[in-house]
Amino acid sequence: MNNGANKIKIYLYSKFERFWHWAQAILIVFLLITGFEAHGTYSLMGYGTAVAWHNWLGIAWLVLYVFIVFWLLTTGEWRQYTPTTRKLIDVARYYAIGIFQGKPHPVKKARDAKHNPLQRLTYMGLSAILLPAQMATGLLYYTYNNWPEWGLSGLSLAAVAALHTALAFLILSFLVIHIYMTTTGHSLTAHVAAMFSGWEEVEEGTEVEEWEKASQKI
Amino acid sequence: MPRILIWPLAVLFLMVPGAAPAEDAELGDAPGRALARQAVMERERWTTADHSRFDTLNQEFKSGPEVTRACLSCHNESALQFHQTIHWTWRDPKDSDVGKGGLSINNFCINIQSNEPRCTSCHAGYGWKDKTFDLAQQDKVDCLVCHEQTGTYKKFPTKAGHVVDEPTVFPESGETFMPPNWNKVAQSVSRPTRNNCGGCHFYGGGGDGVKHGDMDSSMFKPSKALDVHMGVDGQNFDCVRCHTTEEHRIAGRIYATPAVPHRKSLIEDDMIPKIRCESCHGATPHKRGQKANDHTDKVACQSCHIPEFARVNPTKMWWDWSTAGKKRDGEQKVMGPLGKPSFDMKKGDFRWEKDVTPEYFWFNGAISTLTAKDVIDPTGVVPVSWPLGEPADPDSRIHPFKVHGGKQPYDKVNKTLLIPHLFGKKETGAFWGNFDWKLALEKGMDYAGLPFSGEYDFVETTYVFPTTHMVAPKEKALDCAACHSRQSRLAGLTGIYMPGRDRMDILDMAGWGIVLLSLAGALLHGLGRIIMKGNNRKEGNRP
Repeated sequence: MNNGANKIKIYLYSKFERFWHWAQAILIVFLLITGFEAHGTYSLMGYGTAVAWHNWLGIAWLVLYVFIVFWLLTTGEWRQYTPTTRKLIDVARYYAIGIFQGKPHPVKKARDAKHNPLQRLTYMGLSAILLPAQMATGLLYYTYNNWPEWGLSGLSLAAVAALHTALAFLILSFLVIHIYMTTTGHSLTAHVAAMFSGWEEVEEGTEVEEWEKASQKI
Repeated sequence: MPRILIWPLAVLFLMVPGAAPAEDAELGDAPGRALARQAVMERERWTTADHSRFDTLNQEFKSGPEVTRACLSCHNESALQFHQTIHWTWRDPKDSDVGKGGLSINNFCINIQSNEPRCTSCHAGYGWKDKTFDLAQQDKVDCLVCHEQTGTYKKFPTKAGHVVDEPTVFPESGETFMPPNWNKVAQSVSRPTRNNCGGCHFYGGGGDGVKHGDMDSSMFKPSKALDVHMGVDGQNFDCVRCHTTEEHRIAGRIYATPAVPHRKSLIEDDMIPKIRCESCHGATPHKRGQKANDHTDKVACQSCHIPEFARVNPTKMWWDWSTAGKKRDGEQKVMGPLGKPSFDMKKGDFRWEKDVTPEYFWFNGAISTLTAKDVIDPTGVVPVSWPLGEPADPDSRIHPFKVHGGKQPYDKVNKTLLIPHLFGKKETGAFWGNFDWKLALEKGMDYAGLPFSGEYDFVETTYVFPTTHMVAPKEKALDCAACHSRQSRLAGLTGIYMPGRDRMDILDMAGWGIVLLSLAGALLHGLGRIIMKGNNRKEGNRP
């Protein structure tokens, strides 16, 4: 991977972006820990404690999510998430084959294009569908006692619980893959370091193609 | 970089300031406690009559009915009121077959028919020795057993509700019963205390702790640890503090009729009896925001607040009549653990238990009981009594019960439970005189006016008692995980989804499958990268 090309550092992740990423990471990890205890998978802190934490963490996550969405919208960063099929196959092929052959990543990171097409698709699905759906089912679960007055008595707690659990499994799977993928930078910790400092090392002279640019007005 | 790390952590902790669920003892009382304290503040007893100064109570008495007539000379409505109550009729007002005075069956001594003089030692009356007893007689009401306060008035166990005229030993227990000093006893009358109620109710089934499980002699002077309401070192409630009374009707369940029709608090209706927890504690008794408040629509207070029953004295949990009638290794009685007999030739095998975990059922306050007329299915365990209620019913709650198991005789042809003639002289055919089941069953069923085919066997049965006394201090209330876990106490309870207890197995399998596949994929991919990196390097080194 380190094929000797000159590297330059670019500032990729702003302060708030890094904050929300790590805050969300911590929240999701603790939500998973407390959530699976409430699910009865193991006994760690006690059911009551786990549920109490899970509720607070869930609400905190919801608040954070509102701020994230607001940030995405006001900064225009949401464009970084617009899905595309361009080079999608190339990227997939890279992770399936190229990476083993030491070939370079087909899509370079740049200020205007910090996500490759595969990331765009994944993060879009995650932040627009999976995570909100998990928050919605969680909120519904949390407000179980209000269902009758909201006219939701017909709703099945078992179904809501099953959906919430199913989504939790998907988020956990994402977490596993996501953490693994951080090791695929030019060094094992390069991506993680960038997520802390904001500075990502990319090859010099990387040209961002017009279509990748987030600042491009659509 | 460290500064950046601290940032999100600091904010995270700012966002969840109240997350620590630990209870702050310095905070005020839970609303339910404050409410209940107000509801029961007045504790002074008062009366406008000193009974020792009534001439009629200073006359010479020779028997209970004479005393009753003296009582009625002033309290001229009391016997008529009492005649309307379950304490007198021992029957369900809605169905005269139902009730301990009727044909209802239990799995202790089974039924009163033909066994009256033994059973009616706990009747608040005099002389119910057989079915000819006239329940319309006013002077046969026993005022004293509920109202006297000397503690010296004791009805003899086999004299149909009468006391003895001269000192008499009850052979079964070896206890000597003394004739009462009628004047002292009659002049001591007051509102009933624990000693009055407990004299019968703590000994239901013919002995200490036989029947209820949440009521036995340990409740005469319980510690607060045993019962927060009745504890002598706490509130020191008498029974009638909650079992409030109107015209001698004492609040409580009457067979299939719940104690009160609706769940209300005294704030909603100050004329209701204080019989339900909600009466004084309200519907959301816990501190604001506590999850327990969200449970009160489905879970009875007792379910969490009575973690075990029989916490001081043991209670009988099993009674197998099928082994009765024959000596065991030459012995009439065999002592078992907990200082209680495990076998009695007269009654069969017993099992006693202490600190018993209740069983839980949906309960709307009503209990259904089989009578000797009901047809049973003897191929399985026969519930002789069972709680009514269901998950969708807004008046039903998950409630704890003592379930008493046992084996008792049934008719193999008619498929009914059988009433044995247990108590009586040998020549009457009583089981305890002859140890002849067939004869005793013939006599018992004939007396009850019911058919018996002559063919009998023993069937396993269950009998339920709602657990509602022995409320433990709040620190001892059950932890969430007692129910919300795979090893849930409510394992057998259907009709609800319980987080922690329930799951969709297929979902869990699929879910963990996906997670494990992701993990395996990542590990293999990583391994591939490590291996290929080595290969690439070697290839690169070639000249």
